[in-house]
Amino acid sequence: MKEKHSNTPAKRYGMIIDLDKCTGCGACMVGCYAENNIPFKPDETNKLDSINWIRVFKLTNHKPYPETEICYLPMPCMQCDGVGKHGHSPCVSVCPAVATDYNYDTGIISQIYTRCFGCRYCMAACPYHARKFNWWDPVWPADMEKYLSPNVSPRMRGVVEKCSFCFHRYQLAREKAYMEKRTDLAEGEYQTACADACPTKAITFGDLNNKDHAVYKLKNSPNAFRLLERLETNPKVYYLTTKKWVRKAGDNYLAHEEPETLKTRIKEHH
Amino acid sequence: MSSTNLNKAVSPEAGPDATPQAHDSASSKSSGWAVFTFFMIGFVGSLLAGWILFPELLYSQKNQPIDFNHAVHLDAVTDGCDSCHYFREDGSFSGMPDLAACEDCHQEAMTDNPEEVKFVEEYVTPGIEVPWLNHSKQPDCVFFSHAAHVQGADMSCASCHGDIGTSEHTRVYEENRITGYSRDIWGQSISRLGKPGPGDPRPMKMNDCAECHEDETGHKGACFQCHK
Repeated sequence: MKEKHSNTPAKRYGMIIDLDKCTGCGACMVGCYAENNIPFKPDETNKLDSINWIRVFKLTNHKPYPETEICYLPMPCMQCDGVGKHGHSPCVSVCPAVATDYNYDTGIISQIYTRCFGCRYCMAACPYHARKFNWWDPVWPADMEKYLSPNVSPRMRGVVEKCSFCFHRYQLAREKAYMEKRTDLAEGEYQTACADACPTKAITFGDLNNKDHAVYKLKNSPNAFRLLERLETNPKVYYLTTKKWVRKAGDNYLAHEEPETLKTRIKEHH
Repeated sequence: MSSTNLNKAVSPEAGPDATPQAHDSASSKSSGWAVFTFFMIGFVGSLLAGWILFPELLYSQKNQPIDFNHAVHLDAVTDGCDSCHYFREDGSFSGMPDLAACEDCHQEAMTDNPEEVKFVEEYVTPGIEVPWLNHSKQPDCVFFSHAAHVQGADMSCASCHGDIGTSEHTRVYEENRITGYSRDIWGQSISRLGKPGPGDPRPMKMNDCAECHEDETGHKGACFQCHK
């Protein structure tokens, strides 16, 4: 597999989600549903077969009142880079149909619905449950089909779908750049729908390789952590929190383990 | 006598091992040629049916609602193809012009041309969009950026669409009865061998995109480069 797709410097688009700012309102989910033509069922009470590209989880510190604390954790696709940033993400490496690949220009993992045949290996491989399966053909109530976005192809029964970091927005931003004879995009030109929808600006999106982008500094914050870091999936979605118990919920720690000491160990290992 | 007859009767099916007599091998050889000849007739016949008859059955033929004359329009406009097929400021491509664009000139028929009169009477006056048939329509999962190719890579329209600008009549639109897509996507050659002639539109299957990308940029690109 080629490790380069173009001659321009590679970007690594990533997301920083500030959990201290997230109120759990779910606007990111709503924005994502509308942006990406995500199908839904008439009755969404059974969350096991719900489809969502970003999902807000509720965490609690399991302490009785008055120490009870709640934290909301939005989870899009983590767009894993894999060890050594070689695009060896869990889902890409197991797909037998090459329906999902790693884009070396942007670091974004694609999902091609017409190529996918629904074996769901990727769903089994993904440690973040970011991938969802279409058990049915989408059915849109009344005239809603007319409101679907032409920029995102709707999925059919029997294929897997997942968050694309709104890749179509990247494509459209690039079209405008071509018109203006530019090769690079400004930070604000390509933002995901969830980042746009967030009322508290908890979600920051940008190029992790670009020093001028807000995410570049935020990812190096001492409050930053990623989910299941020990698996070395190397996700491009970072979380910020000042609360220790939230950080501890980000991985399966033993009673005596502390996230801080563990982080050092992983760094030493590589 | 009866045993010889029996031997002859079984020989064509039972093969050389079942016919030890020397005088029987000649007749089995001639029947082998007969089998081969009939096989070849059937084989070539099926190939001909597949290559000639099948494409005829596969594609239905339609005509554009109006017999549009590109050559006349290209002479009359100042900005070449861009006059009607233009880019918007955000980089999106307008594609086929809508009725409003045509109405800039064709509020009323400018000539006695029966096609123009028909266009004005049937579409402009009642305000109905012309249901043009798009030879280049791609499936829903394809993201094609005209801006990347025309603005970014300085390609001409003709390099993919052929010399459509100099045509005086619209081509017959051949629609694949199974997929609903134009024959132009697969290409005129059913075997997909050889290159399209100069001035002919290029086939537009994924392999064709990948081939050109490989030649021009050195790599086919990631899936998301052309998919959505």
